Amino acid sequence: MTTLEIHDLSVSVEDKAILTGVNLTIRSGETHAIMGPNGSGKSTLAYSLAGHPKYTVTGGTVTLDGQDVLSMSVDERARAGMFLAMQYPVEVPGVTVSNFLRTAATAVRGEAPALRHWVKEQKAAMAALDMDPAFASRNVNEGFSGGEKKRHEILQLELLKPKIAILDETDSGLDVDALRVVSEGVNRVRATGETGTLLITHYTRILRYIQPDFVHVFVGGKIVEEGGKELADELEANGYARFTPAAV
Amino acid sequence: MASPPLVEGKFARHLSRDPDAFPAITGREEEWRFTPLYRLRGLHDGTAVVDGTITVTGEFETIGPDHPLVGTALVPADRPAALAMRDFKEGQLVTVDGELDEPISLRIKGNGESSYGHVVIDAKPFSKAVVVLDHLGSGTHVGAVEVLVGDSADITLVSVQDWDDDAVHLSAQAARLGRDARFKSVVITLGGDLVRLNPTVSYAGPGGDAELLGLAFADAGQHLEHRLLVEHTAPSCKSRVTYKAAAQGMEAHTVWIGDVVIRKEATGTDTYELNRNLLLSDEARADSVPNLEIETGEIAGAGHASATGRFDDNQLFYLQSRGIPADEARRMVVRGFFHEIVRRIGIPDLEDRLDAALDSELSA
Ligand SMILES: Nc1ncnc2c1ncn2[C@@H]1O[C@H](COP(=O)(O)OP(=O)(O)O)[C@@H](O)[C@H]1O
Ligand SMILES: [Mg+2]
Repeated sequence: MTTLEIHDLSVSVEDKAILTGVNLTIRSGETHAIMGPNGSGKSTLAYSLAGHPKYTVTGGTVTLDGQDVLSMSVDERARAGMFLAMQYPVEVPGVTVSNFLRTAATAVRGEAPALRHWVKEQKAAMAALDMDPAFASRNVNEGFSGGEKKRHEILQLELLKPKIAILDETDSGLDVDALRVVSEGVNRVRATGETGTLLITHYTRILRYIQPDFVHVFVGGKIVEEGGKELADELEANGYARFTPAAV
Repeated sequence: MASPPLVEGKFARHLSRDPDAFPAITGREEEWRFTPLYRLRGLHDGTAVVDGTITVTGEFETIGPDHPLVGTALVPADRPAALAMRDFKEGQLVTVDGELDEPISLRIKGNGESSYGHVVIDAKPFSKAVVVLDHLGSGTHVGAVEVLVGDSADITLVSVQDWDDDAVHLSAQAARLGRDARFKSVVITLGGDLVRLNPTVSYAGPGGDAELLGLAFADAGQHLEHRLLVEHTAPSCKSRVTYKAAAQGMEAHTVWIGDVVIRKEATGTDTYELNRNLLLSDEARADSVPNLEIETGEIAGAGHASATGRFDDNQLFYLQSRGIPADEARRMVVRGFFHEIVRRIGIPDLEDRLDAALDSELSA
């Protein structure tokens, strides 16, 4: 059982305050959806949890089973069990997917997976996401379509089996088929009960495939309302108008 | 003393075997403006006393400056090169006849002295071989390499500069390609205080195909300069130049000059050159100057690209966010940068060695 506790987290980018006191607790097996309009700071929250150097934490705490996450380096956080599926995955020229995946798995698991097992494992994981085996010899994210990038992120999620998975707009830019395939991947990880999931999204679309236990409305750098799945239905019907400052 | 013969055009330059035909180098010349002359130990102004030796091991025939093949592919373009061609004590002739399965290796090891050297590779028509020149040790060395690629021959020349930190190395490496000849040059420069290489290619007949690959890694204090000249002097020949360099640390400096000239007679030429540089720290510097001069309108293709970029922290973040420690992530990014070159070398042993060498550069 794992618990990620975010307490009163404030973050700024280039001296501009973006997150203004985020409180959130995520446990293994739970799925939390964070929904908010563009620019509300959702990606900032995701990157801050992963430790991107561009974001400066100005207040608050983040702990993973009591351990101080904010004092860890980016790679330490990943090895402690955090994972971020990025909204805009980064190209790494000259580094193949298979080399990348094996290096990451070695780092996260603490030892190199036996080659024979690993080849099978990677193949199966790719097949489950409808990915062509030839994909493994391409360079990381180089020339990938939007859908391929997101599948590749979920492939990593399935292979690295994190304690806490943060999925930043994994649904954006996906057609219906890709959305279904990717959602099934997320659901397989959820079904293990060993991962807590933070699903960040702008649209309710993905929530038809991945049922959240909790929905948080994110506006102006913090959570402004919390509820269950019914909150997502309300957002689907009425949008964010009720929560944005103009509506107050 | 009369001026040496002048090759006209955009890349006008004097060519002569007579050292006295060249004035002393001042640093104001276009060809020398990037080179820190004060680190040349007097090679540039004639004050250097070059009277030592360098140890060369491998299979070759020993030759002197009066050997008839000396000067057939290379005519010196500066005073140090002309002095070296006149005064070298022991040169090496490698004759390639037939198709060789195993690479021919020459180990050129400096023992701290100042020396001249001269290697001639005489590849007979229809021959095929890989020749590897391994430069290591320390000292001050001016060494020429001449490659005569006979008609329909296929020669790969690998020149590895893996010198100790204090070495100074000047080298003109000239290849002359016969009809339908193939030439691949692989230049790998990792070590040395100052390394300045001039690979040149010219064509004696139509149908020649030259591929020039280069990889350089400059650490703090290193000046690694590669000045290429591909002179399309015959119809229907091809050239491809791909050079990549990384630089990290104070005063780490790489220079790449890619001159390509398509002479009037070289109709149907197909040429492309590419240079990419990766700066791994703020103090490192890379200069990159591609030049293309076309004297005929009837060509198949000609182009060049050059770009210098800083290390992308987002790549590092992405790899680290998958648990990969920062230093290993950095190595992956840099190896990835060079991968395009390494995979085209086509010599597995060398590729492995290069991977190991890059790793040690990156963990230094
Ligand atoms: N590098 C940056 N410099 C300045 N402002 C930034 C930077 N990155 C993000 N922001 C700002 O932070 C706010 C939140 O952005 P983001 O977290 O990407 O929102 P979301 O993911 O919810 O769309 C936006 O107003 C955005 O313009
Ligand atoms: Mg976002």
